[in-house]
Amino acid sequence: MSAGFVKTIEVQELRLAYDSTEVIHGITFDVYKNEILAVIGPAQSGKSSMLRCLNRTIDFTASARWSGSVRVDGEDVRRTRDVFALRRKIGMVAPLPVGLPLTIYDNVAFAPRCSGLTRRADLDPIVERCLRQAALWDEVKDRLASLGTALSGGQQQRLTIARALSHQPEILCLDEFSIAIDPVTTMRIEDALKELRREMTIVLVTNLTQQARRLSDRTLFLWEGEVVELDRTEVIFSEAARSQRTRDYVNGVFG
Amino acid sequence: MALAPAPATSRFARTPHVVRKERAQAVAKAVFAVMAAAMVVPLVLIVTYLVVRAWPALGPEFILDVPRRGMTDGGIWPAFVGTLYLVGLSLLVSTPIGVLAAIYLNEYARDSWFTRVVNLAVINLAGVPSIVHALFGLGAFVYAARLGYSILSAALTLAIMTLPVIIASTREALASVPMAFREACWNVGATRWQTIRAVVLPNSISGILTGVILQVSRAAGETAPVMFTGAVFFKAVERGRLFPYGLKDQCMALSMHLYTLATQVPNVKESLPYATAVVLLGSVLLVNATAIALRVLLRARKRW
Repeated sequence: MSAGFVKTIEVQELRLAYDSTEVIHGITFDVYKNEILAVIGPAQSGKSSMLRCLNRTIDFTASARWSGSVRVDGEDVRRTRDVFALRRKIGMVAPLPVGLPLTIYDNVAFAPRCSGLTRRADLDPIVERCLRQAALWDEVKDRLASLGTALSGGQQQRLTIARALSHQPEILCLDEFSIAIDPVTTMRIEDALKELRREMTIVLVTNLTQQARRLSDRTLFLWEGEVVELDRTEVIFSEAARSQRTRDYVNGVFG
Repeated sequence: MALAPAPATSRFARTPHVVRKERAQAVAKAVFAVMAAAMVVPLVLIVTYLVVRAWPALGPEFILDVPRRGMTDGGIWPAFVGTLYLVGLSLLVSTPIGVLAAIYLNEYARDSWFTRVVNLAVINLAGVPSIVHALFGLGAFVYAARLGYSILSAALTLAIMTLPVIIASTREALASVPMAFREACWNVGATRWQTIRAVVLPNSISGILTGVILQVSRAAGETAPVMFTGAVFFKAVERGRLFPYGLKDQCMALSMHLYTLATQVPNVKESLPYATAVVLLGSVLLVNATAIALRVLLRARKRW
């Protein structure tokens, strides 16, 4: 572990139910500062729901009930006084690219504006920095005033990442960011992530086990709402993995 | 394994099944096309008939002049202005309440007994016949609130009548904005209101306006609610004067005027009721056309 063992996110005994169906059955894990933690597992294993608990956007789902504790930087997310500040601390990238129906510039400037920045002189550098970090700047720098929704799927996904970076998060969560984009764009984003890990902690939820293997320091295997195994990525992807299920999953035997 | 022998006929020959399939397809298409065309026929017939019968009376003078000789001659100015007053005033009341209530229900409210009651009320109110609204307006505004038979009572009655439909159409417009947009905003720490202002409203405003404007034609056309609450048979008004009424006055209204001309006034000039109908229909079509134009204009700006 290159980055030491400062815990950025601590999840303890997290249980989550939608109405009466429990989808996460008490999971416990930590995310260390400046690591890339990959979360792998088949569909319906609770990966996305877990992310939504981190920044409490789960609150918007009326049927969701959850217990256990989630701490971000030592602070219990359910006791936090400013949930909006919590959400700004975490950059969230959804599976499908969501260009807001605004201009490219406004897409990235939206979050800073929401937190009170209005001067163009303050916003311009943020927009440029985020678009550069998301490897999109060169393609759009001459048409920042055109619509974000008019971009191609891969560009929109990078725009989504730029927007997630625009509020200067300390943690970046990516939820299967590559399912709707081509391999070349995926590689470009992966390169961008390797750069970003110097500045922030990254939680990478992915269906592509090889992507987890390429990028992450540690890998968490989540299956049907339970942690099967959490270990260094090279362990998970080797015969040394403790669980037979893990070995089968990463080798494509099931799932 | 040996290859199957080549079929005797071409692979693309028309089998009986294909022939039947194509015939069924042609029949279905013809039936649908005839039905679509049939929809236009009554409209064209009605409009043509009305315009032909109304022709001798039609002209700007007809709108600007007041009724003369015991309503058997002259124009419809007091009724025309009265309808403008009633419709304008009622939408002035129902639009803000309806749109804001719909935003609350669609964007803020959680599923609770309160929202269920409100939803139930909206759905049921939308289905209440106008004559019942009329009686309610009579009891509530004319008598209980002591507003008397007046423009105010009639406009409030119309407002109550249009309110549920405005709420329903606004909610539909809001619901058509994809959830993913809202979630993207929430993820970057935007409040619900910031989300509504930046993304939800700009992308639903055309639908909201269309819903409101369509209620203009409904409010203008209803007779019963205004007849019970503030519209009168005749009101002496100066020709062409723009502000002939006060809020507490009674007024004339196009829909009511048409009803009285057609059924209550003896020896009325034959073309007068038809011309009144043409003006009413024309105004409504004009408003609807505005709604469509607005919709096209705003949809051209729609951003996804």
